[in-house]
Amino acid sequence: MAEAVDLKVVGTSPVRPDGVDKVTGRAAFGADLNLPGMLYGKVLRSPHAHARIKSVDVSRALAADGVLAAVSGADFPSDRLDDLARNVIARDKALYNGHAVAAVAAKTQQQAEAALELIDVDYEVLDPVLTLDEAMAAGATLVNESQHTNGDTSKPPSNIAVQQAFERGDVDKGFAEADVIVESEHRVPTAHQGYIEPHACTATMNAGGKATIWCCTQGHFDVRSLTAGVLGKSVGNIKVIPSEIGGGFGGKTIIYLEPLAVKLSELSGRPVKMMMTREEVFRATGPASATWCKVKVGAKKDGTFTAATAWLAYEAGAFPGAPIGPGCMSVLAPYDVPNLRIEGNDVLVTKPRVCAYRAPGAPQSMHAMECAIDELARKLDMDPIDIRLKNAADEGTQAPYGPTFPPIGLKKCLEAAKNHPNYLKPLAEGAGRGLAVGFWFNIGMQSSAEVRIAEDGMVTVMEGNPDIGGSRASMALMAAETLGVPYEQVKAHVGDTESTGFCNVTGGSRTTFATGMAVVQACEDIIAQCRQRAALTWDLDAEQVDWVDGEAVPKPGVNADVKPLSLANIARRAGRTGGPLLGRASLNAQGAGASFSVNWTDARVDTETGKTDILAFTAVQDAGRAIHPAYVEGQMQGGAVQGLGWALNEEYIYDERGALENPGFLDYRVPVASDMPMIDTQIVEVPNPSHPYGVRGVGETPIVAPLAALSNAVRDQLGFRINDLPLSPPRVLAALDEQG
Amino acid sequence: MAGYAYLAPTNVDEALGALEEAASVGQRAQMLAGGTDVLVQIRSVDKGPRTFVDVKHVEEANALSMTDDELFIGAAIASAVLNENARLKSILPGLVESADLIGSTQIQGRATIGGNLCNSSPAGDTIPALIACGAVCVIASPNGNREVATEDFVTGVGTNVLEPTEFLVGFKIPRPKGKTSDAYLRFIPRTEMDIAVCGAGVALTLDDDGTCTKAKVAIGAVAVTALPVPEAAAALVGTKVDDDALHAAAAASTAAAKPIDDKRGTVEFRKQVVGVLTRRAAAIARDRALAR
Ligand SMILES: Cc1cc2nc3c(=O)[nH]c(=O)nc-3n(C[C@H](O)[C@H](O)[C@H](O)COP(=O)(O)OP(=O)(O)OC[C@H]3O[C@@H](n4cnc5c(N)ncnc54)[C@H](O)[C@@H]3O)c2cc1C
Repeated sequence: MAEAVDLKVVGTSPVRPDGVDKVTGRAAFGADLNLPGMLYGKVLRSPHAHARIKSVDVSRALAADGVLAAVSGADFPSDRLDDLARNVIARDKALYNGHAVAAVAAKTQQQAEAALELIDVDYEVLDPVLTLDEAMAAGATLVNESQHTNGDTSKPPSNIAVQQAFERGDVDKGFAEADVIVESEHRVPTAHQGYIEPHACTATMNAGGKATIWCCTQGHFDVRSLTAGVLGKSVGNIKVIPSEIGGGFGGKTIIYLEPLAVKLSELSGRPVKMMMTREEVFRATGPASATWCKVKVGAKKDGTFTAATAWLAYEAGAFPGAPIGPGCMSVLAPYDVPNLRIEGNDVLVTKPRVCAYRAPGAPQSMHAMECAIDELARKLDMDPIDIRLKNAADEGTQAPYGPTFPPIGLKKCLEAAKNHPNYLKPLAEGAGRGLAVGFWFNIGMQSSAEVRIAEDGMVTVMEGNPDIGGSRASMALMAAETLGVPYEQVKAHVGDTESTGFCNVTGGSRTTFATGMAVVQACEDIIAQCRQRAALTWDLDAEQVDWVDGEAVPKPGVNADVKPLSLANIARRAGRTGGPLLGRASLNAQGAGASFSVNWTDARVDTETGKTDILAFTAVQDAGRAIHPAYVEGQMQGGAVQGLGWALNEEYIYDERGALENPGFLDYRVPVASDMPMIDTQIVEVPNPSHPYGVRGVGETPIVAPLAALSNAVRDQLGFRINDLPLSPPRVLAALDEQG
Repeated sequence: MAGYAYLAPTNVDEALGALEEAASVGQRAQMLAGGTDVLVQIRSVDKGPRTFVDVKHVEEANALSMTDDELFIGAAIASAVLNENARLKSILPGLVESADLIGSTQIQGRATIGGNLCNSSPAGDTIPALIACGAVCVIASPNGNREVATEDFVTGVGTNVLEPTEFLVGFKIPRPKGKTSDAYLRFIPRTEMDIAVCGAGVALTLDDDGTCTKAKVAIGAVAVTALPVPEAAAALVGTKVDDDALHAAAAASTAAAKPIDDKRGTVEFRKQVVGVLTRRAAAIARDRALAR
């Protein structure tokens, strides 16, 4: 790992390369591509939350003005039918209101929309399954009649797809040793990522069966393989070109429109563009799970935890896959708890299939546990930071999910919080303060990068991770640092599936860590080549040449009367020393370091209306090392706002038949700028030993703690706890009335 | 887009002519002001073809004038323009603040109080404020102007007294005399860009020793149309608008509200909060009146 003192470029915050085009409206997003002869595709969506599809007849639509193609589930391969394929287009059953049932392509959007009304679908309407309680009750209507919990066919079918549990120590003994025990139940509603850019793509298939897709996605290599799977094609026949992306937060790690657009293009012989409306985004794309968590935690008088348990039930939507794994693994991750038991349930309901949303699964379970720990601290009359410091995991602590932590920054974050002026500042009259800890694992996975040096020494970095949070700037910073050149000399680009090597999705806070590591290695490859070229020029061995501050120089002690050779010097003469300079690296990154955070907020409830104002919010987080501190702060602030939005007002509201009543930003209330105070940030740096510059992913941890921080602040002011989210004014006022 | 035509008449007669012509051939014409409701609706709930008749160029609908007894506010004036008129703001602070609550800075550059009333949503923010300050709607008709009190203008959700050949020119508002002022408050879960869960407008007049001699209270988003609440006004008249009177007015608004349970709030919540808003708005109007 590079020494902090040596760093020249890493740790500065230059302007992002894509910034100018974005603020001047020139950047091309998913819906911005137009091709000659292009058609518009539209999707017919189920108006029922649960229905058997007896037949779909598109013939009247096909005959309509301007319509050149129409498809239903029957037009797609059925041999390798998996959940994703069924989610892209329904087959025998529609499993949520909004589930795609058929699609058309026509010359204009209006013609396509009109044609949808000519598609005849014969539904047998079934009872919806809309809540965890309903889904888990005995005799519940089954979302999938052939699903057995954990695949165990000796038991009757169930809406519980997966049940998992793990245990450590002796929980009963642990609780028996406790002086104080807190037990509570908390519900968190469905929340959408709320990315501003709706899903959109354009696809064209040529006569040879080769498809090209332009789309907004967090991972175009995933779009390629997933689309290939749904269509029964080889990945070699699909090229995916990512556009700029207007937010994803995990929601664009999956596909919805792409196979439909390719199929419609194949049938019509024309390019086909498909764009979701905001309503479609809400009705048909994957939000975060609604959850029900029961937690219990016990401690000695001095605050030492003796035992803790958590029981989690997460809505998966129409297909299995709620993030119960990470929900279970994160719930107690910040603490050293000798005795614990954690159980998770992945539960089907007739709602859209859930998808990743920043730290998937952690905000909900940790909300419950961090509320319980807050109560425990109150009962013990302990400061909320002190009780957490007492039990905080540190290097060498065995995580509840097995591994032993390498160096982690939780204690440093707690100590930083304790000394932070915002924590020392007295609370405003009548307000409440709440604190909570956040955590996310972060992931590594596969990445590739290529570094090319132009004849003037300009550096081009090519990699395959769509840039959501400013990663091109971070890649350029790491490349510039490694090569020893100024930031301005490096341009980072996101290549399509054919112009750059494979990269896993931009998700799991992995890009700056894993792809960054590949970029650093590709730069090291360039340096090795430059030393070779200089040696050749100077008639030395490569081992006799050093690379210092962006120049090849003879190693100390090597007797050679030569001038240093810069990257530009070497590149200009590359033809004479072996051809263009091209560095590469590919890897499966290991050792993604977990990132911990501490958040606290001051809030004030108007007790006559139930409305909560956020007065102040501070986020402290371990970034390992902040490559681009301003963008790290941006992640911390954005995550805080999303977490607060979830805690304040965001929720899906369904009618009794399972139709979403608030599929738009008027009634699905994300916070607006004026709802938020300045989100103060403090970056803590406990370098990750597995990354050349010490990076930990920072993108997901920030959304985790705000939910409980706000719950705890409201509890602090009101003197009683409201267990469930959101803390919307009607819920808070009803709770106040109940208290009398 | 297909099937849309656009006309920009410059005076009332031209505008009436455009409406009449469309009606005579059985075509739909629709007045267009800021378009901040219309543009949303033609993309979602109301897509059919029509001719738009833009009121923003109609001279009479852009007039803003004041005599000793009366103000006239043109229906087509953008709320940002009203809000920047310091004189108007000091005379009718409640009405101006209701227009200033609409949407955001960008929306207010286009949105009008005429459009807000003619859209006739139960949650329109300016409607309770217009009722409270006694605004009378001036309607251009083929047979000349007619006048309708604001509380009688809206007939249901999205419906009003206008005939297809009529449009709203503006509002006549009695000029506040002596210690008279108004206030409007609404409740939304956010700070802006939202729709009222409930709202309350109050206008009142105090005599020299601070006793309320006249009051008008109207509440919004708690019934099919904005509602005048004479019982709340009666609770204020004859008092010093003290805590007892304020609580009595609040209780009257709570009792008068006939809200529904929906995604924006429950019945209990709306009834309770509309009372709180009535009390708070009345206190603000009182303090403003005392300061005159
Ligand atoms: C983002 C956003 C936020 C909003 N926030 C709020 C809010 O906080 N509070 C609120 O109350 N509203 C809000 N609105 C709704 C809207 O902005 C207001 O109702 C606004 O006052 C409408 O005025 P307009 O001039 O834009 O009307 P338009 O959209 O032009 O017209 C509205 C209706 O009135 C009719 N009409 C307009 N002028 C006349 C006339 N002179 N004679 C006859 N008919 C006429 C039109 O035909 C149409 O039916 C919001 C809208 C948006 C898009």
